[in-house]
Amino acid sequence: MNSPADTSRVTSAKIVIAGGFGVGKTTLVGSVSEITPLTTEAIMTSASEGVDDNNLVPDKATTTVAMDFGRITIDQDLILYLFGTPGQTRFWFMWDELVRGAIGAIVLVDTRRLADCFSVIDFFEHRKLPYLVAVNCFDGKQLHEINDIRDALQISHDVPVMYTDARNRESTKQVLIKLVEYVLSMRRTRTVGVH
Amino acid sequence: MVLGGDEPTGSLVRPYAVTRGRTRPQLEIALEALVETTARGRSGQFLGGREQKVIVDLCGGRLQSLAEIAARMEVPLGVARVLVADMAADGLLAVHEPTGFDADGADESVGTELLERVLSGLRRL
Repeated sequence: MNSPADTSRVTSAKIVIAGGFGVGKTTLVGSVSEITPLTTEAIMTSASEGVDDNNLVPDKATTTVAMDFGRITIDQDLILYLFGTPGQTRFWFMWDELVRGAIGAIVLVDTRRLADCFSVIDFFEHRKLPYLVAVNCFDGKQLHEINDIRDALQISHDVPVMYTDARNRESTKQVLIKLVEYVLSMRRTRTVGVH
Repeated sequence: MVLGGDEPTGSLVRPYAVTRGRTRPQLEIALEALVETTARGRSGQFLGGREQKVIVDLCGGRLQSLAEIAARMEVPLGVARVLVADMAADGLLAVHEPTGFDADGADESVGTELLERVLSGLRRL
């Protein structure tokens, strides 16, 4: 409304970073973010489902879920946010908001706990959100072959799977670039398919 | 009940007190929507309360997302959303909506152009 003309096209975008507890999501966000990762909390009350007509917060037990996020200024008028959050499906209420309009997602996995990311991969596939799998290599050890991981996760052959070191800025940057390239290639394929 | 951590959430006991109990914002604002203080907001004449002053100061320099406002004010996202929506309705803040990339998004070509900008921005990092 009163914004100056030179900022009238200002916009933002986001990428979701998903993975189990302790897999390194915040480390990954922090390795490329221009701000120290911030934490925001969403609250839901246990009574919020179905009993939603009253505008006052009911006096019930509350559940909070924390999200860590970082920021990358792409251009003066374009800011990219990276949102990391635990990949548990019990946080569905948060996931809906998180994935809405997102460019795509990075599923960060620890090969010792692959099962931690099954439900989030299901969710992304169901929502048709493009994602890639980044295998966090602790101590630089590549314990599993990429193909073994792909088989274990039962994901389609075109979903990118790559190693990363979440602490390393360059490595994180390559993962983000790979995701955006993948999303762009999917769009091109879709366009070709239409015409 | 707190999931995902052992920290006490004492500060969150009555988080909606600052919104006078309202949990529904006047405007749906995305997590990553960018918020900017308007000239009217900067004038300081129309501010109603301490929270409004904090938000006007926060968003008077560089653009801040709704998520950043919530984090920096240490209030839950829902509370920040109600506060920002009220202030936007009063012309104190401008809200710049994000560009959505959903498969069924409105304009595919806008999304593709923006993705290419994001890609070259990432390569420059």
